[in-house]
This record gives sequence, structure tokens and C-alpha cells, in this order.
Amino acid sequence: MARGKKRIKRCLDKLSAEGRTALVPFFSVGDPGIDETHDAVLAAVDAGADIIELGVPFSDPMADGPVIQASSQRALEAGTSLHGILEMVASLRARTDVPLVLFGYYNPFFHYGEEAFARDAASAGADGVLCVDLPPEEARGMVAACRSNGMDRIFLLAPTSDDSRIKAVSRCSSGFVYFVSVTGVTGARSSLSANVSAKVARVRELCDLPVGVGFGISTPEQAHAVAGYADLVIVGSALVKTMHEAGATRCAAEAGRFVSDLRRGIDG
Amino acid sequence: MPALPDRRGRFGEYGGRYVSETLVPALEELEQAYASLRRDADFKAELKGLYRDYANRETPLYFAERLSEHLGGARVYLKREDLCHTGAHKINNTLGQILLARKMGKKRIIAETGAGQHGVATATVAALMDVDAEIYMGSEDIERQKLNVFRMQLLGARVHPVESGSRTLKDAINECMRDWVTNIADTYYLVGSTMGPHPYPVIVRDFQSVIGKEARRQVLKAEGKLPDLLVACVGGGSNAMGMFYPFIKDESVAMTGVEAAGGGLDAGPHAASISRGSPGVLHGKKTYLLQDELGQVREAHSIAPGLDYPGVGPEHSWLHDKGRASYVAVTDTQALEALQLLSRLEGIIPALESAHAVAHALEVVPAMPLDAVVVVNLSGRGDKDMPAVAGHLGVEV
Repeated sequence: MARGKKRIKRCLDKLSAEGRTALVPFFSVGDPGIDETHDAVLAAVDAGADIIELGVPFSDPMADGPVIQASSQRALEAGTSLHGILEMVASLRARTDVPLVLFGYYNPFFHYGEEAFARDAASAGADGVLCVDLPPEEARGMVAACRSNGMDRIFLLAPTSDDSRIKAVSRCSSGFVYFVSVTGVTGARSSLSANVSAKVARVRELCDLPVGVGFGISTPEQAHAVAGYADLVIVGSALVKTMHEAGATRCAAEAGRFVSDLRRGIDG
Repeated sequence: MPALPDRRGRFGEYGGRYVSETLVPALEELEQAYASLRRDADFKAELKGLYRDYANRETPLYFAERLSEHLGGARVYLKREDLCHTGAHKINNTLGQILLARKMGKKRIIAETGAGQHGVATATVAALMDVDAEIYMGSEDIERQKLNVFRMQLLGARVHPVESGSRTLKDAINECMRDWVTNIADTYYLVGSTMGPHPYPVIVRDFQSVIGKEARRQVLKAEGKLPDLLVACVGGGSNAMGMFYPFIKDESVAMTGVEAAGGGLDAGPHAASISRGSPGVLHGKKTYLLQDELGQVREAHSIAPGLDYPGVGPEHSWLHDKGRASYVAVTDTQALEALQLLSRLEGIIPALESAHAVAHALEVVPAMPLDAVVVVNLSGRGDKDMPAVAGHLGVEV
């Protein structure tokens, strides 16, 4: 795929021109099953999601709170694999042009093989990858594999990242950077720290890429507040929980309803 | 052999720092604090004093005469880490790291524990230094090691049961990482073995290498020569690394790490990461792991909770690949038999973990020449295991 035609950049440029914030729901792929995730993603896109994060389950999700831990466990018990997820990506790609980002822990990607993964993911129609436990220092192979296959590399920034770290992480990233709003694991928080916006403003000064904010955002009100200073609002655990409570037959519809509430929150 | 790890915390391809971004600055801070502390004369003097007066070092290198006679081969020495304060080598590391935490101004200590020995050693030094300790322990291990749970509580630590995954050491480490990332500003994560992200494998190795330094001096004095073979059990691998490291350049000294074969390498769940695993990334480092073909980590099993971990310290992976150390595995049954034999021949009841090292010595020593010298690291004492051992032997206590 030629530079400049990348879906993530195209999507974020368009939203930026319209003065809008991207809504990015996270799906724990394979919970309750891969077909349900597939349909839920399509429902979310219909409901106004701009970019989709596809969570690749891992046996030891060290950065996740209880909701995604339990969901990952269910997804693995249902037989979810990275291979299967890439098949789902190909099927989604036949039905939607929404940017798709794979999000997970490094070991399953390492086992697949970085080059093989980037090649297969790109050919299935995925647009980017983010490994939670792969900071830029350890990501040379993954960055090179993604670059040669036209995949974006998204890295995390955290409240603990200082200026030099922000610059170093930004240099390795493409598509956007993902600012983790809290020091902690994934999961809903009743309130978000007041200095997130100041920290995001600092990231913006040092980084040319759009800035996404995630971890802890669960309600339309929180999404609205974060949209005031972020380019992308990322919502994970709250959606995973909603889908789990809805059950297999209703989870796609509930995902759509949940995303449409967030969309109204952001735009309202 | 080059001095390792390199600047990126690598032992060859192993090690590194595979953590989420939030933790990277904390690990850099730790690395800097340790680099300055390890050269600090006051620190060295304080640690030496604590080792001597508090931890009961140096520990004896004991010639196991009856065991040696029984086996009819090499002369077997036991490095008596079981005589350390708290009953195992773990205190060597916790004393060093608590001084590091104090220097860094951290008032809250967290730690994972499997057998409970590291939890007890952490609770102990936290009491000594008047800081709060919170220990994560798998609920399965809590059941197996009730006595150590009570000891930790008596020492003033809070013990958090971990109910996720296999409810053992691996999951306790996951919970520690989650706590640390949440409370990064005021919390020191006192890692208990040569694992985790850089610089932990170095820090733990360095503090544990007091074992090998003493043993090297002691065996030279007793035998006038270096040993032919070192034997130590390997879970995460801290007692083995501490024993091996000061001998790495002594090429005539063979080193064998003994992993837990559980119910048998083929029959059944085990914890032999090097013998039967493959390279992967878990808990911040690249190393040999027990995992499936998709990179999902498998649950380990060993009768010895301290060996019940599906990974291993990255430096062991490197020593294995380089051929500098060899790694074998011993079953639950062999370990139980070794525990009983050592108890009867020498009046020393080893921990189930250490009994794995003894079991390997039982296998290889008879075929060695009479003037050969073997040093077995007796990393801990067996008191904690008595209810479990009694259970396995069908005795009610």
C-alpha cells in the first residue's frame, strides 16, 4: 500500500478537517466467539466507530484489569488464535473500509513471526499493530516488518513518560500515538485525572502524530470530556463488559447501541 | 565469555525489557539507582554487616560424608543456604534490594511469592526497615504453604491471594506487575528471582552471587582445588545463578541446573522450561517458556512450589544455548526420595526445591571418580514442606 493512502491517516485527516474526534472501540476478539466479534465490529461501524481496535487474547494479560483478563480467558477457551483473527480481519475488510488495529501482547506475535505476521496482517487488510509490552527499544524487528508491509506501528505513551521519552516513542510511531490516561491497568474509572489534558497538550507539542487517549473511559460524558483534547477516544473494558453481559445473541446489537451512545457523547 | 548483560539488558538474545510504557521510566530509574549503589562503599559495608549479623552468613560448605560414602563416587559438599535466616537463600536478595528501595525513597514494597520463601524474606526485611510489604501469592500456593502465609502475616505483611489463571507463581507475578503499574510513584517491586525486565535479572544475580563467591573460597580451602561440578535447582533460577555466576570463568567447573519434571517430562505437567520449552516473552523478558504453538503460556506443575513457574531467568537460557551450563529435570517422586535420603543420611531435611538438586546428585555422583568434588546448593530447608511431604507419603500430621 502506498504511503499517503493509509487508512488510519486518511481517516484521521478527514475527521480533523471536519473538527471531529475519532471514536475507537476495543473488542476482545473471540469473546464469546469470533463470529460474534465480527458482527459486533460491523454494528459498531454502523453506529459511528471510526477506527477499530482488535484485542488479541493472551494467557497473561499483565496490563489489563479484571474485565479484559476474564474476557481474554474466555476467548482463549473458545479457541481464538492470531491466525483466526486475521481470517476475521479479511472478512471484515470485504465489508468495510474502517481502519483495523491489532492490539495485544507480544508473545503471540513473536510466535507467529514478525515478518510473517506483518505480511499476513497487511494482506488480510489490517492497518496497524500495538503490542502493550513491546516498547520501542524492543520493537526494531516489529517496526521494520510493519514498515516494509505498509502497517502502522502504534506505541503507548504514559503519564510517566518525560519529554525525551515522548520524542523517542513518537519517532518510532506511525498512524497515531496512544496516551494511557492513568498509571494502572485497563478498566473503567469513575473519574479521570485532571492533568491528563495538560499531559496530552505536552505530547502534542513534541509529537506530530494524532494523539489517542484510552484506559478508564467508560461513559459518554467521559468520552465527551476527553474528546475536548484528544484526537481519538479509545474505549475498551466498558464495551467488553457490556457485550459479555448481553450474551452471545445480543452482544452485537448491544455493542452498536453502546457505541452510538458514545458517539452522541463525543459529538454532543 | 563477555560480561553480560549488554546495555540493553540482553544475555545474547534473552532478557531485555518487555514492559508497558508506564514502567519503562521506573526501570530506568531503578537501573541508575542500582548502578550508583553497587559501587557505594557505605552500601557495601551495610549489606556485608547485615549478611553477617542478620542473615547468618557466611553459610557453611558442609562435606556430606555419609552421603558421599553411600553414593561411592565423588565427594559431595552441600552449600548450606538452608541455614540462612528465614530458611532459604531468598534473604540474600531481599536484604540487598530493601537497601536499594530505601535509597530510592520507596515506602511501599510489593513482591510475588511461590513457595512463600521469598514472601517471608521480603516481609522480614520490610519489618526490619519499617516499610509496608504486600505480598501476592497464588491461592493454590497459599493452600500448599499455609505456614509461610502465617509467617508473613506475623511479620506484618499483607498477603493477597491471587485467583487468576493457574493460581500459582506466574499469576502472582502478573498481579504484582498490575499493582506496580498502578502505584508506580511510591512502590518498589522487590522481584524474588533472576527474572522480570532488565535490570532485575542482574540485581538478583548480583545479590545472590554471594553464594558462589563463598562456595568458591570455601571449596578451595577445603579441597585445594575447584569443584568438578555444581548442582542447583532452577525455577526462576536465583539460587542457581548465585552459585554459578562466580564460577562462570572457571571453565573446568561443570554446572548443572535442575528443573522440575513434575509428574514426568512426557507423562505430565511439569515445570522444565529449558528442557522442554521454547523461546518466548513473559514477565518482561525473553527466555525459555512453557507455551503452546500459538505463544500462549502453559501452566507449570511441580511438587515444589518454588519451581512451579513456566519460565526461567534469561541468563540461564543464555548459559544453556552457549553450553556453559547444562539443564536436566527431576520428577516429583525423585525429589521426594532425595528429601528422605538426605534426611536419614545427613540429618538435613531439604526444601522440596533443593531436593531436586540433591536428586540429580544422587544420579550422577556414583559414576564420578572418588577424588572428584561436587557442590550441591542446598537452597532452603524443608520445614515449610512438611505437611505436603507427609501428605504425599500418606502420613497425617
